[in-house]
Amino acid sequence: MTMPRLSIETLSAISLRDGNRPILRRVSLAVGTGEVHGLVGESGAGKSTIAKAILGIVPSQVRIADGRIDFEGRDLLSLSARELREILGRDIALIPQDPSTALNPARRIDAQMTDGLRLKRNLLTSEARRRARALLEEVQIRDPDRVLKSYPHQLSGGMRQRVLIAAAFALEPKLVIADEPTTALDVTVQKQILRLIRSLQERHGTSVLFVSHDLGVVAKICDRVTVLYMGKVVEQGTTAEVLNSPRHAYTKALLAANPRYDRPDTGLEPTPPEVVAALRAEIAAFDAGVMGSRHG
Amino acid sequence: MEHWSPTATISTTDSGPQPPSVAMRLARDPKVVFAGGFILLLIVIAVAAPLVAPQDPLAQNLLAATLPPIGFTDAEPGFLLGTDGLGRDVLSRVIFGTRVSLTVAFVAAGLACLIGSLLGLFAGYLGNVVDTAISRLVDIWMAFPPVLLSILLVAILGTGLHSVIAAIVVIDWTRFCRVVRTETKSQAQMDYVVAARTVGFSRPAILFREIFPNVVPVLIALLTLEMGIAVVVEAILSFVGLSVSSDTPTWGGMIAEGRQIVHEAWWVLAVPLSALFATVVAFNQLGDGLARSLDPVLRR
Repeated sequence: MTMPRLSIETLSAISLRDGNRPILRRVSLAVGTGEVHGLVGESGAGKSTIAKAILGIVPSQVRIADGRIDFEGRDLLSLSARELREILGRDIALIPQDPSTALNPARRIDAQMTDGLRLKRNLLTSEARRRARALLEEVQIRDPDRVLKSYPHQLSGGMRQRVLIAAAFALEPKLVIADEPTTALDVTVQKQILRLIRSLQERHGTSVLFVSHDLGVVAKICDRVTVLYMGKVVEQGTTAEVLNSPRHAYTKALLAANPRYDRPDTGLEPTPPEVVAALRAEIAAFDAGVMGSRHG
Repeated sequence: MEHWSPTATISTTDSGPQPPSVAMRLARDPKVVFAGGFILLLIVIAVAAPLVAPQDPLAQNLLAATLPPIGFTDAEPGFLLGTDGLGRDVLSRVIFGTRVSLTVAFVAAGLACLIGSLLGLFAGYLGNVVDTAISRLVDIWMAFPPVLLSILLVAILGTGLHSVIAAIVVIDWTRFCRVVRTETKSQAQMDYVVAARTVGFSRPAILFREIFPNVVPVLIALLTLEMGIAVVVEAILSFVGLSVSSDTPTWGGMIAEGRQIVHEAWWVLAVPLSALFATVVAFNQLGDGLARSLDPVLRR
């Protein structure tokens, strides 16, 4: 792997609402240039918190307690709001989870797609519009002119997600955060969207942090994978390593929980109680260790 | 890793005809067409009052006092809707009365909307101390009885068109502030606002470019309703003699005069009352129609 483009080091976060409950427990991961890095875990594992921390949109009840998020040699966590705004959109872009709410219902697609181009590239409206049209063609939208004139509710979910992907790649960012980009879509559209993200990413050499709870999706698109459980990294490695020969019992359990279309009698297994117990013990020991080292 | 073909074709599923534009939708809504048309007509009448009015609205003729409208016995052809107790032409006075009513409707409602919605946007978007301060102010403000407050205000400021407008603005900005605050608060939670932040928009840009357009439909509906309210409030203040001076015809003033002679000449009361009634209904219906047609989510 080449020099990482994004490197997260010992990132810890706590929930202020919930008696300072830890949300992230010293998470470290690196996303290389041109790499698609999967971030996997069940709901509440802290996947989205990591994505939000990178984008500087952590909700007010969550506090980043410790760690660094290095992007091209700068710690995103220590940047001022203005400095972060410079980087966002230009170097780091987001593909949001739910295409039905991520587009502004009151604004036409062309206005929303050209925002970044006008703001960050200082393009004239006409130039930005031409660029937006080309981007829509790049995401294989057949009638870009009609889509540009439309309001979001006039488009299907898949179309909206393609618009959002085009908007994310508009400024040729170095890193794209894809926050469960296919969760809200039906399975046939999912596949098209994954293929689209992968082809854009390959063409532009973009790094992607791909957040998902679906190992099937991750297997299709990711080069490397980080598995999270309760905010702690459980396993990390290339997709082939992790999925073909999982070392950790939890990863095995996650794999067993995936539906198997080739073998309908297997799959959909819940995580075995002994695995959960072992994980919780591990996390309790980790928390005790952190506390011990802090006080001792 | 499977090979990903960059030229894979993806079918677009929805390529139906372009849905109707906002202008088309407005043109098809009977409420908007009829109520809007009526208000447009009123505006034309108000602007062209000296040309439209058949008589001088101030010319008294005691020999022709309390003449009934055309179609009743003793009616005279020059006075289509009869004359009042001083022999002034009722139709001409109602026509000139639209000037005061519409001026108050547009200026007072517009200013109340501007002040109220700006404060509402800030309260809803900035939250915390700003929200608490503005919201408590609105709560306290709304505890005053509005009609008494406006009478008090006009008494302090003196009578005249500007005091009537000031009184309405001072009282009714709270209406806009409350609604806009709530709407802004709920819009600020939406994913598209978060998405705008990740593009690197500043907070003012998000408030005015992303959130505000989504508040506009509610605001326009509210503004139209407020115009109806302003017309009524002006009529009330005219009725109690606190509006413009008595040599300017107003609907409220005419209603007050008509009330005293209602048994001899009912039309002096009925005509301005009908004008007032029709105008307020038109504003309300227009607001209702606009709210439906402008809502981007309902637009299908």
